[in-house]
Amino acid sequence: MIIARILGTVVSTQKDERLLGKKLLIVRPINVDGSDTTGYVVAVDTVGAGFHERVLVVAGSSARLAQGMKDVPVDAAIVGVIDTVDVQ
Amino acid sequence: MQLARVIGTVVATIKNDSLEGRKLLVVQTLDRNLESTGKPMVAVDAVGAGVGELVFWCRGKEASFPFKREDTPTDCTIIGIVDSEQHVTR
Repeated sequence: MIIARILGTVVSTQKDERLLGKKLLIVRPINVDGSDTTGYVVAVDTVGAGFHERVLVVAGSSARLAQGMKDVPVDAAIVGVIDTVDVQ
Repeated sequence: MQLARVIGTVVATIKNDSLEGRKLLVVQTLDRNLESTGKPMVAVDAVGAGVGELVFWCRGKEASFPFKREDTPTDCTIIGIVDSEQHVTR
């Protein structure tokens, strides 16, 4: 899993019906010290995360294992809101 | 699978219900000379590893297999603790 920061939202009306009601967010992967990296990912939110929050993003087919994501066509899901990262 | 060093912990109170009770650790991948390579990742712990330990982890959907019968959304799981650095022969 990677740590990412929420940068924005995506609105899509015409989409696969299994994505109905799912919130799509734009996230940018960040380093463990909180500094930004480049690039972004569109991820489905499963926890109710908000703007600028640090979140855990799971990628690949494992994203479908999150509760509520069964058989949903996603390859990136936000599965946690990070409180602290403690690196020695 | 890759060798890695556990370098930290992650706390997330709000998380997907299927991650409830799982320990999250920060791992730094190592090369065959046990030097850091690549960026640290957040891994779910399946074996009871701790900070500072040498471990190996697996990526992809297989990472959820240690938690079989309960779907656990993880693409990076610690699946073994290396006994010691001396046990890594090069």
